[in-house]
Amino acid sequence: MKKEQDYIKDIAEIRSMMERSSKFLSLSGWAGIMAGLYALGGIIVAHRIYGFYPDEIFYSSDKLPNVIVLALLVLILALMTAVILSRKKARDKNEKIWTATSRRLVVHMAFPLVSGGILLLVFISKGLIGLIAPLSLIFYGLALVNASKYTIDDVKYLGFIQIGFGLISSFFIEFGLLFWSCGFGIIHIIYGIYMYIRYEK
Amino acid sequence: MKISIDDLHQAFESRVRLGIMSALAVNEYLDFTSLKEYLDVTDGNLATHLKKLEKEKFIRIEKSFIDRKPNTKYFITEKGKKKFNDHLAVLEQIIKSQK
Repeated sequence: MKKEQDYIKDIAEIRSMMERSSKFLSLSGWAGIMAGLYALGGIIVAHRIYGFYPDEIFYSSDKLPNVIVLALLVLILALMTAVILSRKKARDKNEKIWTATSRRLVVHMAFPLVSGGILLLVFISKGLIGLIAPLSLIFYGLALVNASKYTIDDVKYLGFIQIGFGLISSFFIEFGLLFWSCGFGIIHIIYGIYMYIRYEK
Repeated sequence: MKISIDDLHQAFESRVRLGIMSALAVNEYLDFTSLKEYLDVTDGNLATHLKKLEKEKFIRIEKSFIDRKPNTKYFITEKGKKKFNDHLAVLEQIIKSQK
């Protein structure tokens, strides 16, 4: 015969299972903070060292290959940090990181990101460098909104902000780099700190 | 309506079966591997519990092949959904009445 405690435990178990099997909750706030710092670092290098500052839609720079390599480096570093920190967080909670839930999260992020990435490559090949900042912000925001169903709901708002920054920066191409550093850099850092305080501290 | 502990369906007595039903209630379907990952049980253990739920017609199975490997999808049935919700309501009542 079960006791009251058992029923309470049953309910706790049901709730935890529903959450674990539908949302990936091991995203770390630190991942956001680090991604923001990498992005800012990348922008400073691109601007100061490579003199990269697209102020028109058609823009050319002989340092473009260097900037692309730099951007990829920042992206890989940010992704690796996110995976390592999430894995640590999942392990602390005695959960696995690669489950049906996290697979779904990755797939839903990947659709907007890959389509956006391909579009950007096409634009870069046609010299439309000034559109990189607004479009990458918009597609990244769409990816976040799309993936938010499968993780902490707040990710949606991060997505809205990125889309907003992207749309505004498409009006002000000459400030593209500035909007880009706000969106990918500062907003990520603020969001990461907020997540850390709210869910991890 | 008076609710008593007798109303709790015996199929939900096991925590593994309760876990299976909770996971299927919030997902369109799950395959065997995913269920195993969530529940952290052995293949044999999970298969036994799934069989029992299938016998009650609480879940339904769809077999297919991916790259010639068998892949079984598990869905919650209408009946299963109803019984699971009833079970939740009874649990809630029991806890309320004992407060």
